[in-house]
Amino acid sequence: MIRLDVKKQLHTADGHMDLVFQAHIGQAEFATLFGPSGVGKTTLLRMIAGLLEPDEGLIQVEGITWYDSKAKINLSPRRRSVGMVFQDYALFPNLTVAENIGVALPRSQRAAAVAELLEVAGLRELANRKIDRLSGGQRQRVGLARALARRPSILLLDEPLSALDLTMRLKLQEELLALHRRYQPATVLVSHDLSEVFRLSHTVYVLDRGKVIRSGTPSQVFTASQTSNKFRFTGEVVHIEPSGLIFVVHILVGNDVVQVIATEQERTALNVGTRVMIASKAFNPLIMVME
Amino acid sequence: MTPEFTETMVLTFKVAAITTGVLLVLGIPLAYWLAYTKRRLRVVVETLVSMPLVLPPTVLGFYLLVSFSPANFLGQWIEEWFDLRLVFTFEGVIVGSILFSMPFMVHPLQSGFSSIPVSLREAAATLGMSRLRTLFVVLLPNMKPALLAGSVLSFAHTVGEFGVVLMVGGNMAGETRMASIAIYDRVEALDYATAHQYAFVLFAITFSILLLVYLVNRRFSRMELT
Repeated sequence: MIRLDVKKQLHTADGHMDLVFQAHIGQAEFATLFGPSGVGKTTLLRMIAGLLEPDEGLIQVEGITWYDSKAKINLSPRRRSVGMVFQDYALFPNLTVAENIGVALPRSQRAAAVAELLEVAGLRELANRKIDRLSGGQRQRVGLARALARRPSILLLDEPLSALDLTMRLKLQEELLALHRRYQPATVLVSHDLSEVFRLSHTVYVLDRGKVIRSGTPSQVFTASQTSNKFRFTGEVVHIEPSGLIFVVHILVGNDVVQVIATEQERTALNVGTRVMIASKAFNPLIMVME
Repeated sequence: MTPEFTETMVLTFKVAAITTGVLLVLGIPLAYWLAYTKRRLRVVVETLVSMPLVLPPTVLGFYLLVSFSPANFLGQWIEEWFDLRLVFTFEGVIVGSILFSMPFMVHPLQSGFSSIPVSLREAAATLGMSRLRTLFVVLLPNMKPALLAGSVLSFAHTVGEFGVVLMVGGNMAGETRMASIAIYDRVEALDYATAHQYAFVLFAITFSILLLVYLVNRRFSRMELT
């Protein structure tokens, strides 16, 4: 069980931003921080790892207090049981694949643990390669194996797949899931890729300007709130004409004008120039006014 | 080649080798601190380390001579506690050379430390590696060109040192007479042949060392493709 309750003021390009985050992450839970860049996702990961100090709050992992501003506790990253995969992987270029994975392990356990991780991560043939001879996907695997080597209480992934092409990304998502099932660390992933969130996570926290605006399972967060739309377009009302008891609303979507029927009641909210969203569930298109 | 010539050359390279060795041991922690600390004191220490670059060697030599003199407090203290006299002795030349060549070791090492991506140190920390282990397993192996540059520059600079050594050490054959002082000494005695012998050997050796460094560094930079 991981308790997170942190606050930090960030100085961004457009002024101050208060980052506020509270969450309980269960054992073996896969949580994702989702949102556009610059909302504080990576900052949160760094605070959990101990690379950055929050202004105030509490971080407790499996009953151990890693950070408590009131009790003035702030464990150094060295003393926190974390595994972190960095965006640029941060592999040690002077060491081989096997040495990178085993570098943090006590000598007595090293050989066996490294052999297992090489096997599980599909890196056995590359064990003695230097890092500069690896592809992006291979580096990502090494980073993940290295982070898991010490069996951390919490695994932190900072957009680990963002630099890879789509095919490689899908493949590695599968591998990441398999590794997660095998070692079961509580995991926090930073991502801005919706399909990745759906495929990997149990819970998702949607961040915007430093705050969690929605959280829950991916399907709760991304579908329930949007009335399980089959499709949706945004557009602008260009013309409204009465046609008997109903109205025909002409809406510009992209370069096409679409005609949608509206009742008198629906029509009252619509004017020429109103920004709207057209969504369809099964048969009935709906028109919704956008801010 | 006279025995005196050999003796002076051997002494010169002995001083340079010892100075470089001591500077490596002192320079690594100092450069590490300078590269990573956030303290204000850093600027002061940085200035002190860089002083020999702009200070006339005779000025440094003069103050060392005065403070190491057994007639003064520091010289007296060193003599009482370490049974060591630093004026007009081999040890004094070493101490002077270390201080004077400090920037030539510390500057390359400092930029070597700074050039290592922050994420490598952070990764080592999240892996629970101690600072010392990170230094030896991650940092130093990834800054070999800086280590080489620092060592070679310190060595070459010590070989060519004149002012500080003359002030602190004087001109005693086999004890404090380094090659560059011998050149001056021979020219004063109008013995141009011997002076040329010293000068040419220094020239040739310095050239070969630097050539070697550039060749090795080219190999390093080719190895680090990414």
